Amino acid sequence: MKYLDEYRDAEAVRGLAAAIRAAATRPWNIMEICGGQTHTIVRYGLDQMLPPQIALIHGPGCPVCVTPVESIDRAVAIAGRPEVIFCSFGDMLRVPGSRKDLLTVKSEGGDVRLVYSPMDAVALAQKHPDRQVVFFAIGFETTAPANAMAVIQAAKLRLLNFSILVSHVLVPPAMCAVLDSPLNRVQGFLAAGHVCAITGMDQYRPIAERYRVPIVVTGFEPVDILQGILMCIRQLEQGRAEVENGYARIVRPEGNRPAMERIDEVFEVSPRKWRGIGEIPASGLALRESYAEFDAERRFPVAGITADEPTECIAGEILQGHKQPLECPAFGTLCTPDRPLGAPMVSTEGACAAYFRYRRREE
Amino acid sequence: MNDEIKLNCPVPIGDHATVQLAHGGGGRMMKNLIEGIFLPAFGESSSSPTTGGGTGRASGTRTLQPPVPHDAAVLPVPGTGGASGTQSGTRLAFTTDSFVVNPLFFPGGDIGELAVYGTVNDLAMAGAVPAWLSAGFLLEEGFSLELLRRIVESMAAAARAAGVRIVTGDTKVVDRGKADGVFINTSGIGWVPEGVEISPERVEPGDVILLSGDLGRHGMAVMSVREGLRFESDLESDCAPLAGLVEAMLAAGGTEVHCLRDLTRGGLAAALNEIASDARAGIEIDESAVPVTEPVASACELLGLDPLYVANEGRLVAFVSPASADRVLAAMHAHPAAIGPVRIGVVTDAHTGLVELCGPFGPGRILDLLSGEQMPRIC
Repeated sequence: MKYLDEYRDAEAVRGLAAAIRAAATRPWNIMEICGGQTHTIVRYGLDQMLPPQIALIHGPGCPVCVTPVESIDRAVAIAGRPEVIFCSFGDMLRVPGSRKDLLTVKSEGGDVRLVYSPMDAVALAQKHPDRQVVFFAIGFETTAPANAMAVIQAAKLRLLNFSILVSHVLVPPAMCAVLDSPLNRVQGFLAAGHVCAITGMDQYRPIAERYRVPIVVTGFEPVDILQGILMCIRQLEQGRAEVENGYARIVRPEGNRPAMERIDEVFEVSPRKWRGIGEIPASGLALRESYAEFDAERRFPVAGITADEPTECIAGEILQGHKQPLECPAFGTLCTPDRPLGAPMVSTEGACAAYFRYRRREE
Repeated sequence: MNDEIKLNCPVPIGDHATVQLAHGGGGRMMKNLIEGIFLPAFGESSSSPTTGGGTGRASGTRTLQPPVPHDAAVLPVPGTGGASGTQSGTRLAFTTDSFVVNPLFFPGGDIGELAVYGTVNDLAMAGAVPAWLSAGFLLEEGFSLELLRRIVESMAAAARAAGVRIVTGDTKVVDRGKADGVFINTSGIGWVPEGVEISPERVEPGDVILLSGDLGRHGMAVMSVREGLRFESDLESDCAPLAGLVEAMLAAGGTEVHCLRDLTRGGLAAALNEIASDARAGIEIDESAVPVTEPVASACELLGLDPLYVANEGRLVAFVSPASADRVLAAMHAHPAAIGPVRIGVVTDAHTGLVELCGPFGPGRILDLLSGEQMPRIC
């Protein structure tokens, strides 16, 4: 496949691994932000190709994993209503809330549908004017533009039977939360390439400066990731702390301006709860007052639903990189993909699920 | 909905009180369903049940050993010579499978063709020569007779192609809304030639694993025309009968062919995991040896799916002794139902029950059973 095969090329991968071995003279801890990157690392065993003094710490960038239990509970409550068609990306359907996941709601008769784009949900709202169509708008800056477009489109069409349940989060505040933690070990970041394709690189410069950490915008294929690690290690070794672009075939420094404008038109920055981490100020998106009529939390009486996280689950420590999945006592025993205690075991991008799928033998 | 709801009980969602779609997905949840409900009830009766579309192997009379799950039950016919459970005498293979595909017609096939080939292939995986099929139809009130005629004609053509006869059947009609157009069940009987002994129990360390062709065509072809997901592609289902191919392989390898499994739901990953677990063996697969065509690979990339888990309807894996692997592979090459057959791995005595995938860069990983169905990724 063009644009993919060359980034999975074994020669290139081995060459980069050798360059990393040559460049790294000291131990360094690098966090890859995005769950997609974690998945590639574990799937291809890239971490095993690195010299032992280089540790990769898996970051909080899995949209499914960081969606708080209470958002799932609200989704479950809305999806169970008879007038509602509840639309979600597939990954979210299996994430456990306090008592149920969305698939269970479906098996109990709720009209829960897997869609591939929020625009599919808008089309459903047009097709079923007598039903309430709700889209579960989760994710980072990558999914926000399409969700914003869906709201803009629904407003244009006056589709008052359409709404979104928003649980959007932003990457830079999460990075700061990781760096501010007294337990922090992270010395450099691989930033999530697809997020940067939307936001550009400017948001990351203050972080690199304030915390003196190198940040390398990184893609998702094996060659991309090793390239990102190499660039990060070179910065660390040279004492630099800059924002560099290791994913220039996709990311422009200024990002995608029209997409950012759509986000800004529909959403405003708000405090957000993160699963396992808690509330981080100014770390999420909420609908602006001008689009409040499309807010499912206002349309349905769910604002009172709150939930605590299961105590056995150390998702918070996993998501902040304080612990690795194999260090969790529940891993593979109390917590498996069939009986997940926390979201990192559910999502294909979750660190625990990646370890369970690919590394179980190391238990 | 009241507003004092405060939920905080981390009840494991895995303990479902009701049937979930994933219970039929060919993954771990289905395995749990079979092992938790069906096998305890049916396992020790004289005819044993059943993996999805497949069946437990009959374990002779009054044995307390649980049956090793296999695609078809192999049953001794009383009064034909040998004591039951032994190799002499006539042995029949028996299997059943139900078909619920959406859409009913897809590039490269339709539900009727699947219903015939699915059951024919399950018989062939027991080394049997498929002979007779039953056809049961569950029809929804209001379903188009024209479509039904097309499906039935397609079944008839498939039966001719596979060399089997549909000899009995049943029809039920349910109220509109109680079924989705048409569901088909087929059961099949075949006879197992003298000396043929195909079973996961015969898999042993050193066995070479052969794959009869490229992966994922059926699953991606169906997905490409599914409501809400339609994408442009030239993909066609690999739906095909495999009994002729098996016959050729057995002619070349004889008893050196230890086990066969067709790849259906859950794809190559599910088939290998089932066998690793049933045969209590370790399996090592060279990921770069597994053929996937460009259109399938692209469609999978687009949706974030792994072709190793995507459904097939005309592919099999064979576990063959190392001495005869080349001979069997050559016989596969010579047969039109094998599309670029290859050697993909070996059986080991290490990591029993696990499938280990050797990656393109050296480090290996586990090829696991999925919990439920494969879900397209978010971003």
